[in-house]
Formats: sequence, structure tokens, C-alpha cells
Amino acid sequence: MSEISIDIENVTVAYHGKVALQSASLQLEAGTICGLIGMNGAGKSTLFKAIMGFVKPTNGRILINRLPIRQVQKKNLVAYVPQSEEVDWNFPVNVHDVVMMGRYGYMNLLRIPKARDKSIVQESLERVEMWQMQDRQIGELSGGQKKRTFFARALAQESTVLLLDEPFAGVDIKTEKMMINLLMELRQKGYTILISTHDLASIKTFCDKVVLINRTILAYGNTADVFTEENLSRTFGGSIGDLSLAKSFLTQEERRN
Amino acid sequence: MDIIQWFVAPLQHEFMVKAILVSALVGIVCSALSCYMTLKGWALMGDAVSHAVMPGVVIAYILNIPLAIGAFAFGVGSVIAIGFVKATTRIKEDTVIGLVFTGFFALGLVLISKVKSEIDLTHILFGNVLGISNDDIIQTVIISVITLGTLAVLRKDLILFCFDSTHARSIGLNTTFLYYVLLSLLSLTAVAGLQTVGIILVVAMLVTPGATAYLLSDNFDHMTLIAMASGVFSSVMGTYVSYHIDGSTGGCIVVVQTLLFIIAMIFAPKHGLLAQSAKN
Ligand SMILES: Nc1ncnc2c1ncn2[C@@H]1O[C@H](COP(=O)(O)OP(=O)(O)OP(=O)(O)O)[C@@H](O)[C@H]1O
Ligand SMILES: [Mg+2]
Repeated sequence: MSEISIDIENVTVAYHGKVALQSASLQLEAGTICGLIGMNGAGKSTLFKAIMGFVKPTNGRILINRLPIRQVQKKNLVAYVPQSEEVDWNFPVNVHDVVMMGRYGYMNLLRIPKARDKSIVQESLERVEMWQMQDRQIGELSGGQKKRTFFARALAQESTVLLLDEPFAGVDIKTEKMMINLLMELRQKGYTILISTHDLASIKTFCDKVVLINRTILAYGNTADVFTEENLSRTFGGSIGDLSLAKSFLTQEERRN
Repeated sequence: MDIIQWFVAPLQHEFMVKAILVSALVGIVCSALSCYMTLKGWALMGDAVSHAVMPGVVIAYILNIPLAIGAFAFGVGSVIAIGFVKATTRIKEDTVIGLVFTGFFALGLVLISKVKSEIDLTHILFGNVLGISNDDIIQTVIISVITLGTLAVLRKDLILFCFDSTHARSIGLNTTFLYYVLLSLLSLTAVAGLQTVGIILVVAMLVTPGATAYLLSDNFDHMTLIAMASGVFSSVMGTYVSYHIDGSTGGCIVVVQTLLFIIAMIFAPKHGLLAQSAKN
């Protein structure tokens, strides 16, 4: 059995007294890809923010590689890609600058990039096929290209724990496939990846584990055991039991194969 | 009068040489900071802090300590007060800012009018670079060194903080520290700007060069250089013009800055009005 990489114990998060996530516990081993599934407002983003320390749990504790999050961040052990970037898209930075920001944790105080930083930035940009657009001001990108840029920044961080909040939202099928292949490669290297997605059809193709969430963790375990019709209908409040929806979700899966 | 004379004649007066050098320095420092202010959307904050330093200046004068220290304390204090009122009441931020800085400013006015001192209100409100004392020059130089030095060292972190504070936090940077660094620099440069253009117009020094440069470049480093160049140019030209027309120095400096902004707004190669309409 490998080392526990993400360790969440009995975490409760509330916004202004309203509980968004109740007593969540979750242990993820290194070298796994774990899909986080739940409907809008289920608490997926909240879980990510709690892991990153951006919202303070009222209860419970979260460790990554047995360390509290501040130390994890200082040691470049975690990379986080939020659901939507809250950045000023007119800011005078280009694609290359943004991805270089992923390397700051490795640089000295003046953040002067070394040859290694430059080559990793190039590699990351090439992986998401954005190298050609490295000089573009970030506001001049399409939605999917923006997503790819920030995904590349996470890659450039070389952090072995990756937290991805809906990275596939708004990206085309080809890019999603490319990202999935990349994630599977990273898993081989021992990365731990927690990824939320509404694309149920692709879950089985790359997630070892699945977490079903609706204000609390409903089920967690190996994809084959947990990703069942019954559990999904519990997660989505019965709506997936709706025949038409289930069918469309099947045909989507078939389309992909 | 020929053009060389126009530039050389004022330099026969020592006060003019001092004034030109000091306003050039203040122009550089404020412009460098203005890039962060405009990108972070802190124009209103700049206005607030520059007004709120007023009681600090008076109190520092009474206590006979450097004005910068009093101004600094009140500048930072006003922002803490703004944060506190915002967090504990349901009032919106722009209202809180307006409320707090006018409160501080009014307190400063009362102090000036009631406490016996040689502070000239008009000098604080509108600047007095032509009559600047050697002590004030030294103070301006110290502020400039601190500000430019801090910006040089923390440049990348501050850019990241302005651009994407979530990422800054997630790579372990202390964003609270960066926030207060930026704020402290704002309070310090407000004091420097106060000497040249006065409290009322300091905010122009802290936003106009940044805004002009923002229209001219999509690269932060270029933007900084352009802002600093326009800041220096405005300060020097403004001081000359004020000498020749015998008008308000602060006013002249800001008018030149505003003219540069208007030129950039119309003629900027990519983001200017002409370029925009050519595209459509
Ligand atoms: N900043 C906030 N303040 C107050 N309530 C919040 C805040 N952020 C989220 N919530 C609430 O917490 C709950 C969980 O939100 P969260 O963003 O975690 O959902 P999610 O699972 O990521 O949804 P989606 O699929 O739409 O991204 C929701 O009911 C939401 O209204
Ligand atoms: Mg979400």
C-alpha cells in the first residue's frame, strides 16, 4: 500500500453559519486519480478551497503528505486550478508570463528564472499545445485556451498533488482527451490528482477512485464499486434515474469509445 | 524667447533647480507605484489614503517628528479602519472609503485650524515644491529610495498579487504581507506627492501615469518604464510651465499628465481610440 497523500478527516465547512460540507472524510493514496462528482452546489469547490486553506473548516483537519497546508504550499507540493480564474483578463501579462508564475516557488526572492524554469515552462506549454501562443496577452485567448494556460501553469509547478476544479468545463473533446492522457501519465509518476467534473461519461476511462458528494461525502471508493447507477441517483437526487438522462449519458459514453 | 532660454533661464534660481529635481524624483516614484494602483483598481484607495494622512502630518509637526512617520501611521490606519468598518457593518466598500477618508481629512482640517503651528494649509492642500526645504528634500529622497527599492525586490510578487492573489496564496506567498507592503508604499508616496502637488492632486500622480502607460503596452515592464517616463516628463515640464506662467506648480504637473493621457487615449497604437475605430 502506498503512502496516504491527501488526508481529510471529519471536515465541516460553513459559509456565514450555513453548512456547505458536513463531516467529510477522505484518504487518497499517492498515485491515484480521484474523481469528485456531485451536482451544482454540492460542495465540490468548497472541498478544494478547504484543502487549500482558503476557507477555514469549522471542524476537522486536512493534511497533505502529513503536513499542514501552509507548509505544503511553501514546499511546492500542491498545485490548484480553480473552477474559474478570478483574474483581470486585461492585465498586461502574456501566456508565457502566466505559466512562469507556476515556477515562482522554486526561484529566489527576485524570481529570476533559471534555464530549468524556462525549459519546464516550455515543456508545460507544449504539453497543452499553447507554446505557439506564448506571446499572447491572456485576454486575447478563447475560453478553452485560457483553461489550457492555467492548466499548464499547474503542470509547471511540478507539484505531486494536483487539485483540479472542473478543468474540462468549456474545453473541446480533443483537449479533454489530451488532458486526460496527461493526467494518466502523471499518475504513473506517482502524482495524486483530485479532479471534479460533470463529464460523467469519461470518469471510468481515467479515475481509479470516485467521491460522490452532496453536502457531505455520500460514497467513496474504487470507481468500479462506487460509480453505480444507484449511487449516482442518490447523488443527483434521483434525476439520473430519469431514463432519458441515463440514456443520453450512455450514448455519450459510446460516442467516445 | 527661444526654446533653449525657456529651459535654461529658470535654472539660474536655486529654488527652481531643487523644485525640478524633487518633482522629477516624485514623478518617478509615484509613477512606478501607479502601475500597481491602476492594475489593482486602487485609485479610490489612493485618494483615500492621500487625504487621510493629513491629521498625521499635523500631529507629526506638533510632536516634531518627521512628517512621513505621522502620515504613514494615519495612511495605514485609515485603511485598517476601512477594513474594519467594512467587515463589521453591512455598508458597501466605496461608501466606507468615502466615509473614512473624509472623516480623517476633516479631523486634519480642524487640527490645522486650532493647533498653533506654522503649517500652511494651502501648502498641504496644493503643494509647495518651489519653496521646499532641505529637510523635506531629504525626506523625499529617503521615501523614494525605500519605495523604489521595495518595488525592485518584490516586483514579481506584487505583480502576481495584483494579478492573481489566489495563485499567490496557493504557492505559499504571504498575501497579507504583500497587501500591507503595497499599502505602506502608497502612504509613503502620498507624503512625497504631497510636497509637490499637494493632497488634493496626489491621486493623479498615483493613477494617471499608470493609466497612460496601460493604454500603450501589454507588457508590465514596458508599462512601468512608460509610466515613469511620462511621470518624469510631466513633473519637469509642469514645473517649467508653472514658472513661466507663474501658475500653480501642482496644477501644471497634473495638467501635463492629463494631456499625455489624452494623447495616449487617442493615439495609442493598439488600445487608442483611432486604432479601435480603424479596427471596426
Ligand atoms: N463564498 C460563499 N459564500 C456563501 N455561500 C457559498 C460560498 N461559496 C459557496 N457557497 C455555497 O456553498 C454550497 C457549495 O458550493 P460549491 O461552490 O462548493 O458547489 P460546487 O459543488 O462546486 O458546485 P458547482 O458544480 O456549481 O461548481 C452552495 O450551496 C453555495 O451556494
Ligand atoms: Mg464548483
